[in-house]
Amino acid sequence: MNLQLIALAVFDGVAYAALVFMVAVGLTLIFGVLRILNVAHGSFYAIGAYVVASVGGAIFAAGWSPWLAFPLMLIAAAVVGIVLGGLIERLLLRRIYDKEEALQILVTFAVFMILEDVQRLVWGVQPYFEATALQSLGNIQVFGVYYTVYQLILLPLVALAVLAGLRLFLRHTLSGRLILAVTEDREAATAIGIDTDKIYLMTFMLGAALAAFGGALASATTSVLPGIGADMIVLSFAVAATAGLGQIEGAALAALLIGLGRSFAVYLMPELEVLIPYLIMLLVLLWRPEGLFGVTQTRKI
Amino acid sequence: MTFMSLVPRLAIPLLLIAVALLPFLAPWSKVMLTLALAKGLAVLGIVVLLHAGQVSFGHALFFAVAAYSAAFLGQAFGGGELVSMVLIGVASAVVVGLLVGLFVVRYRYIFFGMLNLAFSMIVFSVLEKFYHYTGGSDGLQVARPLVLGIEMERPAFESLLFYGGLVIAVIVAWAVHRYFDSPIGHMLKTIKTNETRLEYLGVSARRVLLVGYLVSAALCGLGGVLMAVAQGIVTPEYAWWIRSGELVFIAILGGAGSVSGAFVGALVYEVVRTYASAFAGDVWQMILGFFLLGIILYAPRGLIGVYGSFMGRIGSNTASGKEAKRRAMEAAE
Repeated sequence: MNLQLIALAVFDGVAYAALVFMVAVGLTLIFGVLRILNVAHGSFYAIGAYVVASVGGAIFAAGWSPWLAFPLMLIAAAVVGIVLGGLIERLLLRRIYDKEEALQILVTFAVFMILEDVQRLVWGVQPYFEATALQSLGNIQVFGVYYTVYQLILLPLVALAVLAGLRLFLRHTLSGRLILAVTEDREAATAIGIDTDKIYLMTFMLGAALAAFGGALASATTSVLPGIGADMIVLSFAVAATAGLGQIEGAALAALLIGLGRSFAVYLMPELEVLIPYLIMLLVLLWRPEGLFGVTQTRKI
Repeated sequence: MTFMSLVPRLAIPLLLIAVALLPFLAPWSKVMLTLALAKGLAVLGIVVLLHAGQVSFGHALFFAVAAYSAAFLGQAFGGGELVSMVLIGVASAVVVGLLVGLFVVRYRYIFFGMLNLAFSMIVFSVLEKFYHYTGGSDGLQVARPLVLGIEMERPAFESLLFYGGLVIAVIVAWAVHRYFDSPIGHMLKTIKTNETRLEYLGVSARRVLLVGYLVSAALCGLGGVLMAVAQGIVTPEYAWWIRSGELVFIAILGGAGSVSGAFVGALVYEVVRTYASAFAGDVWQMILGFFLLGIILYAPRGLIGVYGSFMGRIGSNTASGKEAKRRAMEAAE
């Protein structure tokens, strides 16, 4: 393996990790606050990608500026998060917070099944490909390797911005601190008068928007077709569990670990490519059951 | 005792007879019912773990392991033989169950489910990627095997699978029932209600859960072999996480923790799926999704629970119901 191949593998891994991180961080945020593992999270990712690919395809064909691709991604993510995420939390999840964990997962599984068919009805089964955003930024040469600026610079920067933004939001704003308080101890937070319903709704919309944003960014680099949501949900589960559920900074490192592991596997042992994320997760969980950065829960009586 | 008060007790035998007779009235239903039986057996495996309060999102793994073992056996021995396929398929599911189980019984709830998911995804990718051995995503053909050395025609073989499967299902359901009633079965339930107490009694909760895990792996394996020979093909999709989710779905649909619910759920699911995919191919997943939401939100005890409360309502209106009420009033006085 020469330097160029290593550089290529690292670039692939970083670009991929940035996308996975966006989805996994939303998943982990939702889990931290609502204590629900949201299986429908992959659907938000897929719908975000579909919206950008189809709307983008339409407006660029009509001759609009290719730079509109970037605001379009943000708008799509916000709309999916607020409308779809909001509806699901208000109408469905709110009714199951007191139910068993297994039933909560199954409710989101049912939402996933429904949304999977909704995508098929709205967008059909043919793949969408809309790489205007990718092309508009051009290429760059690093270590003798040509790579797209979009994947090598923009995606990691956006992921870092999301990470920094989330930290700032959670630690230094009132709403963020309320979210942290609820994560820490739901009962105590309710007791001091925090409106947990509002916090739950806000968190779920934020998490869903992050997943949709991940999908929107990914739509420029790959074709959007049925099944991408199902693949992404299992992968982001793996990232979130490797980091420790509820760990935001940990999710970034775990995404990087899994992203790099996967891209090196592509060049070294292609058969193992799909296996690597799960093997990493398995090894980490066997060694540290709570994940890399998870803390052991004390038993509440 | 009136007829109506007998109905609940007779319901299971009556349903069995109805299912056993259905292929005579509608020959096309035989394969569909066999597939439902296969899924029902696997769902029973999920039900065992539900008794311990644990949900596995990767049990399709054992389904696939047994199915592929049967397929390999068939290919190695020019068609193979049914009884040995069943035995070796279940045995391999139990061996893999032991390997995986030794790790996962150390975890509970979400991590239990997640680790199972990870193991099943690993097997799924191996089955899909190593196509020299597994046939890749096209899977492997399973030729119609001999049965104890006898070659059978297709209709006779299908009948044998269905009625043989039905008999096995009844025996297995009874055995699982006994298992739940045995001391180790009660310990399994204690993992859900109060694991600490179990440990205080000097019982290893991990070992109890491991036994339950092996039972569930064996049941999923049995279902997998039946599915493989009934369909004549095995694909990596058998191990896909959506299939695992489907098994959990059916367990909840039938009635969480209920042995008969596993089969009733599988039957209803298979019928709904067959018709929904035939008449509403684009939206059958959506229909199932709404069905699942309806069950969880409005009938958390599943189909068996709906049936029970329906019968209870009828029972209280009949003479024997009134008699029972009167006696209860007297006892209260």
